[in-house]
Amino acid sequence: MSEKSSTSAANKISTYLMMIVLIVLALSIVALILSVNAFIVGNEIVAGYLMVLGFIAMAVAAYVLFQSRKRVASMKIEAPKVMTTIECRKCGIKNVREFKRGDFVFKDLEPCQKCDDKMIITAIYKEVKEKEKTYGV
Amino acid sequence: MVMFTAMNVLPSLFGGGGGDTISQIISMLFYVVFIVFIFYGQRIQMYVMIREVEGSLYKLKYIREEGRKIAIETIKEIGKPQTDPSTRVDRYLEYFTISPQSMDPAGIVYKLDHILDVRDTRLKDEVKLMAPASDDVQVNNLENTLEAAMALNYIYKVVRHYYIQGKKTLSLYIIMQLQMILPLVMKEAEAYASALKAFADGQPIGDGAGPLVAAKLMHGYETRKVPKDCVVATVPIESRTAFIIKAEGPGGNVGKPGDAVKTVIDENKGKISSVIMIDAGLKLEGEPVGEVAEGIGAAIGGPGVDQYKIEDAVVKYKIPLNAVIVKEDIGDAVSPMRKEIADSADKVIERVKNVILERTKEGDQIVIVGVGNTIGIGQ
Repeated sequence: MSEKSSTSAANKISTYLMMIVLIVLALSIVALILSVNAFIVGNEIVAGYLMVLGFIAMAVAAYVLFQSRKRVASMKIEAPKVMTTIECRKCGIKNVREFKRGDFVFKDLEPCQKCDDKMIITAIYKEVKEKEKTYGV
Repeated sequence: MVMFTAMNVLPSLFGGGGGDTISQIISMLFYVVFIVFIFYGQRIQMYVMIREVEGSLYKLKYIREEGRKIAIETIKEIGKPQTDPSTRVDRYLEYFTISPQSMDPAGIVYKLDHILDVRDTRLKDEVKLMAPASDDVQVNNLENTLEAAMALNYIYKVVRHYYIQGKKTLSLYIIMQLQMILPLVMKEAEAYASALKAFADGQPIGDGAGPLVAAKLMHGYETRKVPKDCVVATVPIESRTAFIIKAEGPGGNVGKPGDAVKTVIDENKGKISSVIMIDAGLKLEGEPVGEVAEGIGAAIGGPGVDQYKIEDAVVKYKIPLNAVIVKEDIGDAVSPMRKEIADSADKVIERVKNVILERTKEGDQIVIVGVGNTIGIGQ
């Protein structure tokens, strides 16, 4: 029970932050409505101010919300894809498949389909796609 | 002076010109902000830092809970316990080890060695109780999984301690120190998080570069056990006799290479021309992963007991000590082995052969030690 509640506490966006974002969003909408009213009345300068203020507030609220969601998403522990290379030392046949629990380097597997010699696991590794940043130095 | 000019200009940029109500309000706002920053600038900075630390603390909490969950699930899956292992796991995560007193440092290595042995036995017994259906290989893997979960638990608790202390005392300097080292702490925590899954599944990790090279050299030759938790094979290399040592795999195990090297040297009455150690070494930023480098000395990490024993044994017989390392960062060392590291094993073998050809004569006896965690690597 306590485990469940604490996990969800770590997952959710802070209620306090959410409340502030919602208030700012509501105020920005009010500012935009007032700006339309001011424009209808003919007070163009005030309408302009309110419109700029409304859009800025809306953009800030959206940005904060987006950043918070991004933080929650970045919390996930991603298991990398690990591959197992299987080789027949006699005829040189090489297969690469996804890692299965129980695999280990130099484990004997089923006989080779071509030469009937035992196949073995020669490597287990993960491939990392993104290159390390060196900042040009 | 400059500030006042800016304050007069900024409102007019918004179309005020200095006379109307809106520009007066904006001017007032600038004054207020200026005064607030003079008196509360440091406090605002501290709140920003606290918020940053809080975000990382949430992430650490999540990682710690995931670690605990993975450990419990793996124990249930592999160990088939009769009762729920959660309570035992929670107790395990809180285990501590007290290092020996160092006021009189004479003999401290063997005291530390003894304490580490007792710790290892105790933790293994705990794992066997938690997971009665697991074999020796699985016990080692589960022990490694729990140790990673234990590290995550400890990191979270320490960061939480300083965070709460900083908030209680409102001390900028406590919070600032925590915030400054946080990127490194998070990097380490993320490394342990990826290690958890690797340990649970028994996948080779980056630290296994040394055992991988040793396994490649000894594969196909008869092995025998040497103390403690290590294996040795006698392999002919370049017309020399090489004693290849590694921790016994494929379970998660680093063995005690110090004892193993000492045993092999003593068995041969010190007639060893060279000891070559292969290990994973921490790379500096900018260096490529899997780069191979060569040097002198005992390439081995850990608490220092094994390094001491190896140095002691080679000094006794004046045996040259060479080292070859595979460069990687802390994240690579404890997460599933990267392809670059797996591929570097053949390069390391070439370097080792060069060292043998350049530094020893035909007919000599040499010791080659693959240092590191042999999880997922047999022999």
